[in-house]
Amino acid sequence: MHPIRKKRLTIVLFLLVGLSVAVALTTYALRQNINLFYDPSQISAGEAPVDVRIRAGGMVEEGSVVRDPDSLKVAFMVTDYSASVPVEYVGILPDLFAEGQGIVAMGRLNNEGRFVADQVLAKHDENYMPPEVADALEKASKAGSKPAAVNAAPATY
Amino acid sequence: MAFDSFSAFLTMEGHGPYVWACYAVFFVLLAAMMYWSLRARKTAMDACRRGYEFEADKSKVAAPAPAASFARVNVSQD
Amino acid sequence: MWQIFHKLGSPKWFFGISTRFMPWLLVGGIMLLLAGAVWGLAFAPKDYLQGNSYRIIYIHVPAAFLAQSVYIMMASAAIVTLVWRMKLADVFVKAVAPVGLVLTFLALFTGAVWGKPTWGTWWIWDARLTSMLILLFLYGGVIALDRAINDEKSAARAVAVLVLVGVVNIPIIKYSVEWWNTLHQPATFKLTEKPSMPAEMWVPLLLSVLGLYLVFGWLACVRMQTEILSREQRTRWVKEFVMKGRV
Repeated sequence: MHPIRKKRLTIVLFLLVGLSVAVALTTYALRQNINLFYDPSQISAGEAPVDVRIRAGGMVEEGSVVRDPDSLKVAFMVTDYSASVPVEYVGILPDLFAEGQGIVAMGRLNNEGRFVADQVLAKHDENYMPPEVADALEKASKAGSKPAAVNAAPATY
Repeated sequence: MAFDSFSAFLTMEGHGPYVWACYAVFFVLLAAMMYWSLRARKTAMDACRRGYEFEADKSKVAAPAPAASFARVNVSQD
Repeated sequence: MWQIFHKLGSPKWFFGISTRFMPWLLVGGIMLLLAGAVWGLAFAPKDYLQGNSYRIIYIHVPAAFLAQSVYIMMASAAIVTLVWRMKLADVFVKAVAPVGLVLTFLALFTGAVWGKPTWGTWWIWDARLTSMLILLFLYGGVIALDRAINDEKSAARAVAVLVLVGVVNIPIIKYSVEWWNTLHQPATFKLTEKPSMPAEMWVPLLLSVLGLYLVFGWLACVRMQTEILSREQRTRWVKEFVMKGRV
């Protein structure tokens, strides 16, 4: 390769490496702001500010959803399988909302450690499958055989 | 076929408007981009052709009068 | 080896070879894209959780995938422009930047329309969506910068530097869903693992991704030829092509 081109290539590569390092350090320093929501473990560890609009995300705990019979009020627990946070919400829930499903809620944490949400969004994982397959997997896990692939990875919410 | 009837295919259990809007916008934009790109190439070809024809005409007109008293200089347009 | 590389940079050589491949790219691309779309719309099974709205994946993923790979191709061409000063590399960047802009817009639009019925919102400022919006602005910036500078050589260098600076956004888009908490789910397809979806769902997706790749190839050829025609108007081979229809 021509020496001038070699020199230019070195400059370009240095530019790229320097830029990548700068961006990597910046995004690392800002990671808490880039994160869309707080995990239940972060909230129960007191990392989330109280009475400030924040987002909380996690899985809706199985059997924790309590619907008020007279209004749209609903209460449930959000968990990341190491800690749980109680959530209250008044309003229409997204179609995908269900026990065992991921959600991201927007709202405020009150002094009692309850999260009062004003918006609930559904978060789904990267797995897609036909309904029949999902049914078969569920039956298999209920029959007490090997844990089904769907439930095997709780960390993917 | 994943649907029982054509109307079920269109409504998609209530998700029809979302799905069909996406596909419509996608294919219309893609087709528009292909059409515009072809048209731009045709315009460029026509511009070239006009340029060459203009040059050819000019040299035909200029050719019979070589005895002019001043020298012709070809100035590059670059 | 370097001689072959420099031959690749000859506009005349490119014109000849692209003219030969273009019909195949167009026919193959449209057929694969339509096959993927029809299969995905009408024959693929619905998703157990999202129902039929997930069928948007068959155009959302190709658009998003292409939007990012077009940028990577542009960045590679930018290195060639800066190091080797090869004209054809600059022609490529200018020709495909608007295509990348449209593809990024399509990825964002189809994603928003998909997000409404599944997540419950059109838009959220999470890391994946925001970095994709930055990609849209990068494409817009490349086009604007190129138009703003009149001198061809200065424009080529300035555009190449901007493209290279922006390439750090690509790994951020890709890994945003793993590095940070986002509403967007992680990737369904990974190089090292089996896809998290059955074959009757991913085969049509593969078809539409390949189809869009070929259509992009055709678009790039047409647009590069346009750029070459206006730049090389004074060369003999362009005159021969325009007047006689062959290279």
